[in-house]
Amino acid sequence: MIIDHPLLGPRDSAEFTYLGDASLIHRPDWEAKDAISQFAEYGYQRDNPAGTHRELWFHEQGDRSWLVVTRSTTTHEITQVELARDVARREGRST
Amino acid sequence: MSDMMPITALGGRSPRVDTHGGVTLTENTNTALASYAARLGSEEKACTVLAEAIGRDLAGPGQVVFGTFDAFWMGPDQWMIAAPHDTHELLAFELSQAAGLSASVTEQNDAWCRFDLTGNRLASVFELLCPVPLRDWTGGEATRTSIDHLGCFVICKDVETVTVLGPRSSAGSLHHALLTAMKAAL
Amino acid sequence: MTQVNRLAGGQVDRSKELSFKFDGKSYRGYQGDTLASALLANDVRLMGRSFKYHRPRGPLTSGSEEPNAIVELRSGARQEPNTRATTAELFDGLTAKSQNRWPSLAFDALAINDRLSNFLAAGFYYKTFMWPAVFWEKLYEPIIRKAAGLGSLSLQDDPDSYDKGFRHCDLLVIGSGPSGLMAALTAARAGAEVILADEDFLLGGRLNAETYAIGDEDARDWAAATVAELGAMSNVRIMPRTTVIGAFDHGIYGALERVSDHVAVPADGKPRQILWRIYTKQTILAAGATERPIAFEQNDRPGIMLASAMRAYVNRWAATPAHTVAIFTNNDDGHRTAHDLAAKGVTVAAVIDTRADALKSEHFEVIPGATITNTQGRLGLTVIEVTLSTGQTRSISCGALGVSGGWNPNVHLASHQRGRPTWMPEISAFGPGATLPEGMHAAGAAMGQLSTHGALQSGAAQALVALKAMGKEGARPDPPEAEDAPIRITPFWHVSGAKRAWLDQQNDVTAKDVKLAHQENFRSVEHLKRYTTLGMATDQGKTSNMGGLAIMAELAGKSIPEVGTTIFRPPYTPTAIGAFAGRSAGADFRPIRKTPSHFWAEEQGAVFVEVGMWLRTQWFPRPGETHWRQSVDREVAQTRKSVGICDVTTLGKIDVQGADAATFLNKIYCNPFAKVPIGKVRYGLMLREDGIAMDDGTAARLAEDHFVVTTTTANAVGVYRHMEFVRQCLFPDLDVQLISTTEAWAQFSVAGPNARNLLRKVVDEEHDISNEAFPYMGCGEISVGGVRGRLFRISFSGELAYEIAVPTRYGDALIRKMVAAGEEFDAVVYGTEALGVMRIEKGHAAGNELNGTTTALNLGMGRMVNKKKDSIGSTLSERPGLNEKDALKLVGLKPVDPADPVPAGAHLMTKGTPVDAAHDQGYVTSACFSPNLGCHIAIGYLKSGDARMGEVIRLVSPLTGVDHDVEVVSAHFIDPEGERLRV
Repeated sequence: MIIDHPLLGPRDSAEFTYLGDASLIHRPDWEAKDAISQFAEYGYQRDNPAGTHRELWFHEQGDRSWLVVTRSTTTHEITQVELARDVARREGRST
Repeated sequence: MSDMMPITALGGRSPRVDTHGGVTLTENTNTALASYAARLGSEEKACTVLAEAIGRDLAGPGQVVFGTFDAFWMGPDQWMIAAPHDTHELLAFELSQAAGLSASVTEQNDAWCRFDLTGNRLASVFELLCPVPLRDWTGGEATRTSIDHLGCFVICKDVETVTVLGPRSSAGSLHHALLTAMKAAL
Repeated sequence: MTQVNRLAGGQVDRSKELSFKFDGKSYRGYQGDTLASALLANDVRLMGRSFKYHRPRGPLTSGSEEPNAIVELRSGARQEPNTRATTAELFDGLTAKSQNRWPSLAFDALAINDRLSNFLAAGFYYKTFMWPAVFWEKLYEPIIRKAAGLGSLSLQDDPDSYDKGFRHCDLLVIGSGPSGLMAALTAARAGAEVILADEDFLLGGRLNAETYAIGDEDARDWAAATVAELGAMSNVRIMPRTTVIGAFDHGIYGALERVSDHVAVPADGKPRQILWRIYTKQTILAAGATERPIAFEQNDRPGIMLASAMRAYVNRWAATPAHTVAIFTNNDDGHRTAHDLAAKGVTVAAVIDTRADALKSEHFEVIPGATITNTQGRLGLTVIEVTLSTGQTRSISCGALGVSGGWNPNVHLASHQRGRPTWMPEISAFGPGATLPEGMHAAGAAMGQLSTHGALQSGAAQALVALKAMGKEGARPDPPEAEDAPIRITPFWHVSGAKRAWLDQQNDVTAKDVKLAHQENFRSVEHLKRYTTLGMATDQGKTSNMGGLAIMAELAGKSIPEVGTTIFRPPYTPTAIGAFAGRSAGADFRPIRKTPSHFWAEEQGAVFVEVGMWLRTQWFPRPGETHWRQSVDREVAQTRKSVGICDVTTLGKIDVQGADAATFLNKIYCNPFAKVPIGKVRYGLMLREDGIAMDDGTAARLAEDHFVVTTTTANAVGVYRHMEFVRQCLFPDLDVQLISTTEAWAQFSVAGPNARNLLRKVVDEEHDISNEAFPYMGCGEISVGGVRGRLFRISFSGELAYEIAVPTRYGDALIRKMVAAGEEFDAVVYGTEALGVMRIEKGHAAGNELNGTTTALNLGMGRMVNKKKDSIGSTLSERPGLNEKDALKLVGLKPVDPADPVPAGAHLMTKGTPVDAAHDQGYVTSACFSPNLGCHIAIGYLKSGDARMGEVIRLVSPLTGVDHDVEVVSAHFIDPEGERLRV
């Protein structure tokens, strides 16, 4: 596959390592009352969609950026690639 | 002092040079390296300091500039700076002094082995090594990629001068891969 | 007489005569021949035996779709089984052997299978080798193994090397026939970067096998001139002998270039083959079409081949399979073959056309409305029996028969991403479907444009489409005039009533097998394929699938498109495993990482061990030591008695800087780091988010905003990746910067009571390393002979110990300097074995203990998990399942009888309980012989282990027959109070 890196342009997916669902960005609040069950949900419960999936890729043999790649699991079509740091900030991980 | 003699990444007292098919492969030991990463919120200052130090505008993603020092882009807000080791062994210290709290500077002198390839058919060699589109490069490009399973930087000064930085501990394997590709391609 | 079947003309170079051997007999051919064309020229039609029935077979085709003529090419270590004689390029000295026959090709003992064919029909294996199960190992499997397979392996290492390569282009053109050449020309003239790949060594595709004109030129000359024009353009790369074997995601294609297969031995340094990964924006699939046979009784005799192949042999290679031939056809193209053969002086005995309205000819007899109902000739065709439209039969003598059943577009690459071929009624064949791989466009015969005119036009047109898709303008070239014969075909798949009518000649599947499968209710094409093995041989059924589908459709009373077709997957043609490995074979399987003391250690005769990619010293044998234990015991004893040195550069080192560096480490480690003073080192335990221990190491604080973190050797890469994840994805606004410095510093452990004394001789005098100035867990900058360095007072062995680091280029000098300085203390240099013994004696956890199932609690570090802060894994480490009352705890184990070993992997049982999983109490993780205790010791996990000190329990390993008593003790066998560390 080719991942169109937002900074470096198209790169072979062989340069990347894969982590999984981009929902991993949304780490729960450790001080929440039900923190253990929230973390269990966060760590173990994943959607497994046949279709569009947002997932985390690490450009290990590249610029060491974590990326959020929106990819169809059935066709491998990639419709969006963003720096995970930007996504994390946008989605409320800023402190 | 005299008993602390350095060895080259390939284990010799002097750099190794190989020539095949019009391409010369040279182990370059005279390179001091420092990584330079802007601190959060100080990006502007960090970049100004670095630009002054190298005497050029900074390289963008996938790029390298050659100035007082050479500097290529490593990642967001991060560059690798190269200078002659014999005059700038303390490059990281020098840059750190200049940057103050605006950047994190880390010595990388011996984290890498460096091989310089010169010759007029380098694209044919590199297409057996990595997916870097060297045939389309004209000079000024630099990127990290994988050569023979090793994470390496490929830096293009001009179409006849390309440098590979690889993990120093694997210098022997990398040198073997480069020389093997030269013999296969040329 | 040699080459009795060689005709005039052709594209072989008669000035370059080559000699070769087939089954030990010498023959001669010409440069430009394939093995098959040269054998035919020498009147050899019999080239192999079939897979199941050992039927005598000759070539069916003249290309890579060949099912029959597969041979063992070359000899010795270079012997390659199952190689197609139809694509093997002839070179001087080539040797080949037929396969699947014993004792000889003409007389084959296992041909008895052919007589047993009634018992070997579809599903034979499934039905026969079913029960009883015990028969499998002793009886069935040996029989099947002996009979199975075609060629034999050399059983020697492959002496050749293979490369992998990477190429980029705007347009990849697959196939260099008329459509491919026209597409390449159109795109190249528009300035696109073009790669033109063709599996053949002679470019031009089908044009080389035909006698057409293109414009005013002979088609072959037009092809050569066009190739020359393309070759002169700097934006075009022509890749002959290159098969595009797979179409992958996003414009990535796999292509195998046979660099050296046409020479006896690859040139010095050159690979045999290169597996290219081609990155392209657009692709033209100009892969042409493959003629298909018609199934009839005894249609597999040597000499019976596709009519197009016969035409190619005669036109391109000037080799005819026989001097009298016949043609069997259901379409006009069969007549073209007859014309070409007659023009070359070959006697055409008859053209048998299934169509009542067949064309007539002045040059040969045409028998309309007729079929072939039987053939004769044990090792090669002699007679065909024709059933006329009147019902009468007629025998015709001929040495070869060309069969033409129509053409199938080569849609293989079009379906590599699950694209379904669609039925094209106008040519009675499947063509590329509506969903091609992204950026791919089919042209020419591959999209059903079977005339030369149509191929040229569509090649140009599809190139324009591709150019437009990449935002380039192209000018439509004016393709020259060429033949534009209409497709006139009346589908005819098999002669009814035929039983031994071969569909798949490589896997020996007959029309009768398909009927049997249908009778047994196999209705899906996928099931038919697997039950009968139709199309599952190395040719992937390129010439056979359609025949099977047609018969199946007929039996089911459906149309062929209703029945559907199977699809293809990579590789397009069989590909050597070596090509997939590339240079990663043998000693070069993966790169080697060498430590800074490697060259010195080699001089000492050290024994090395692979640890990941690292080569580490395992121990240093001394003269007189004959067993590794002697060396290791000495290294351990001497280190604890005086001082030992060990290269620990392999531990991962990560530079962590930034205003929030300490905050960041608080997240990464479960224990607190915010208050680590500058100049101090702290041990840290890293958890995964699920609460399981991930890695451990130390973090040295060099400045308020600067730490150096160490990781275990094995986890260096994974920990760095994890830290970047935490930094970028979880806490994007922390001011922290990371970079690996593992390779930058040569780092040595100096351990033992004389460690400081040794270092005092090494570290420059101005640095005070006394216990007071440089206490336990201290760190700081020092220098060695004027060389900058770092010193960390940390210990893995349990002794007074330091780790000293200098820039890697000085590591070699440092080890030499330390060894010299250590002479007066009888210092030893120790390897990983002694390192392991000492850490087990001290009860330090390592990879065996941090094994992906254990928690801080298990490790005896439960209290390290700080509850007052948030760190990765801290929350889930509190879940009940990881905090059972009888949780495993790390303990030490000592045999009750000091002579007993305590092997790692053995399980722990409470005495008096049954030895079963339900009563399991834990297991041994690390074990060694302790020279200091004089017996074997181990550490391991035991349920409630911390409360069971002194208990004698049972150690069992049913696998290795171990069953004896061990005592539970503290894991800290040596200096449990840690006094040695602080002196």
